[in-house]
Amino acid sequence: MKKHDVIIVGGGLAGLRAAWKVSEVADTAVVSKLHPLRSHTGAAQGGIAASLGNETPDSWEEHMFDTVKGSDYLGDQNAIETLVKEAPKTIYDLEHLGVAFSRTEEGKIAQRPFGGHQKPRSCYAADWTGHTLLHTVYEQCIPKTIAFYDEWFALSLAVRDGVCRGIVALDIRTGEVEAFHSKAVILATGGYGRAFKITSNALANTGDGLGMALRAGLPLEDMEFVQFHPTGLYRQGILLTEGARGEGGYLVNGDGDRFMRNYAPEKMELAPRDVISRAEQTEIDQGRGGEGKDFVYLDLRHLGEAKINEKLPQLRDLARSFVGVDPVKDLVPIQPTAHYSMGGIPTTVTGQVISDEKNAPVTGLFAAGECACISVHGANRLGTNSLLDAALFGHKAAVATIEYLNEADFHPFPEEVMIEGVTRVKWVREANGRESAPKLRHELQETMTQKCGVFRDREKLEECLAKVKELQKRFDDIGIGDRSKSFNTEVTEALETQNMLDFSEIIVYGAMQREECRGAHWRVDHPGRDDENWLKHTIAFQKEDGIELRYKDVVITRYPPKERGY
Amino acid sequence: MITALTLQELDVENVVLRGVIDLVVFRIFRFDPARNDAPTFQTYDLPDTAGMTILDALIHIKENMDSTLSFRRSCRSAICGSCAICANGKNLLACNTQVNDLKKVRITLEPLPGFPMMRDLVVDWEPFFDQYRSVKPYMVARSTPPEKERIQDQKTRKAYDEAAQCIMCSACTSSCPVVWTDGNYLGPAALTKAWRFVADDRDEITRERLAMVNNEEGVWRCHTIFRCTDSCPKKIDTAGSIESLRKKIIWHQLTGRI
Repeated sequence: MKKHDVIIVGGGLAGLRAAWKVSEVADTAVVSKLHPLRSHTGAAQGGIAASLGNETPDSWEEHMFDTVKGSDYLGDQNAIETLVKEAPKTIYDLEHLGVAFSRTEEGKIAQRPFGGHQKPRSCYAADWTGHTLLHTVYEQCIPKTIAFYDEWFALSLAVRDGVCRGIVALDIRTGEVEAFHSKAVILATGGYGRAFKITSNALANTGDGLGMALRAGLPLEDMEFVQFHPTGLYRQGILLTEGARGEGGYLVNGDGDRFMRNYAPEKMELAPRDVISRAEQTEIDQGRGGEGKDFVYLDLRHLGEAKINEKLPQLRDLARSFVGVDPVKDLVPIQPTAHYSMGGIPTTVTGQVISDEKNAPVTGLFAAGECACISVHGANRLGTNSLLDAALFGHKAAVATIEYLNEADFHPFPEEVMIEGVTRVKWVREANGRESAPKLRHELQETMTQKCGVFRDREKLEECLAKVKELQKRFDDIGIGDRSKSFNTEVTEALETQNMLDFSEIIVYGAMQREECRGAHWRVDHPGRDDENWLKHTIAFQKEDGIELRYKDVVITRYPPKERGY
Repeated sequence: MITALTLQELDVENVVLRGVIDLVVFRIFRFDPARNDAPTFQTYDLPDTAGMTILDALIHIKENMDSTLSFRRSCRSAICGSCAICANGKNLLACNTQVNDLKKVRITLEPLPGFPMMRDLVVDWEPFFDQYRSVKPYMVARSTPPEKERIQDQKTRKAYDEAAQCIMCSACTSSCPVVWTDGNYLGPAALTKAWRFVADDRDEITRERLAMVNNEEGVWRCHTIFRCTDSCPKKIDTAGSIESLRKKIIWHQLTGRI
């Protein structure tokens, strides 16, 4: 059994920021199924938000209003206030650590416009902002004393009597399962775009932390809110940054029209992502896609080669390598792509995980980043707020953990969680059934994209739910061909699929019950936002006899809900 | 009828054949330490590789032909650095290389050379990250920072722009013949990281950094073979970074700073 004061699960921006801070006072370990530098933070492109006012005057109040409005009034305003007020300090701290921000002519951090933000407040490093954030924070963890368990797959949370006592994880390299005993655990396991067929997310983004939470009997919040990013590379889903539109790029349909004038005449291509993804899908559904197919175009040709090379070098490379078009002279085919999970493991503003709609804490358990739901993004996240969320609340979760450690001790590790972990891995590795786990995963992705995507209705959601349940059953009959204990990725992929089947049911069920249109959740059979009945958070529990939904009020402090137009 | 087998025997370039048949033979390095066997090569024929990246092909093989094949991958958009492998003798990222761009009917996939084998295409990166850690790969600024950001002019920012984009995929270090024969040589990735901080005026230990690489296992071990620059999937001139460090060292020596 390994033993550390604090175990952080996940080595992306939130996890590393937490590790960096916690390691100042405590024996800290980071457990990640990837080497931390392979984490998906690195793929974030366009920027990180803060009202620095380096380009035009800006204020946290404006950032707050934009975020609240962007969230379609579902974001908790106390949490959003913390996010925007502490954003500038977070950016300065990151700059001091060595982040390679692009610069203005005066040498300040450069900022550019982004969807849904009224001011240019995206601090960026060309179009590889996430990469420099991830590498810089990892680098700064090197001189600290942190135990890194790279390529360990976290299986379960050891929660007993409302107290978290560590985790159980699989060493991918050796195939051995081990218990990690700790005083506190911080979950920073990221998102789950891989539950969908078309996604911008890495193959590793399978929401394992959410599966762990569910298996520990904890609820998930607002899972029906899944963001579809408007500019995924056609068929691949690979992200092309919103920064491209921030720099002046257009969206055009198959007829060559800038169709956003019909959907968001004021903000045009800089409307929030939910609005644009629906516009694109409508153009496609009504036959105005490129070549009559299921894509529209991103048009950057008027920006010129010099600007594209300076501000969007990665985008140009991606378009050339993956679809063989050069944005300097060609239109780039794009489509909405599953991108971000607004929902997740419910936490308070400090990162404390809560176990019900009344905010009862799970002692010793914290969460931050995309796997957590604080909720600062509500029903729709604004671009550049996620890196901010990860960096800032990763840090805050660490601060809360440090405070908790003052009075915390090791609680006995529940043996049965270890036994269950060993049994589960053994069962998968020796599974002899007829079903193929990759096939089940593909079927899940297909149904989630087709039936729980940009536009939803009861009929499709019911079919989707039935399909997910069918896949859960079929999973019991999987067969695994690779019996090796060394770097057995067939086993880890099957474990990931199991996690996705678990939480996908909650996404679909929550979407089915929420009969309104709010942010990224759009029910064509229930047009309009319904504040009277649905201005509330979904808290979903997975029980023996099915899913139980409870609801929690939204915290509204400054900006009462009003109509959301762009 | 031309079969995969005859293709292997022929060992031909595809220039002529690609128009006639549509088949690529993947010859993949296999090794499982748990089985105590010597490594082998296994072949898989893929009939239609149009629009497929090497990573797509590997995933296709794993999901449809042989689930025991192990390889690393994650972002599939050339930013995480997981899927660096050696294809037909050249290090590259599997995810951003089109199979058909290799213009071969036989594609041999091997783990990155120069590192210990772990399983199939998976290598043990510890020696690589040891080198990385040894150059203090983090900014050191001991002075009290200003309340806001440090001011940095665009020209200085540009000086380390390329080096800062390194994704640590290790394709460069693994392609370096000097690394293969001298395990103590820092190698191009670690040296490029050193350059990234030397070129950044916010870092305050330039002299210490130059001293760290100014030795026979540092910049002077490089034989300017340029395989590193040639293999970088992010088009970073890693050999150029080493050259820049050398210039800086000499300049510091000439001006009496070290």
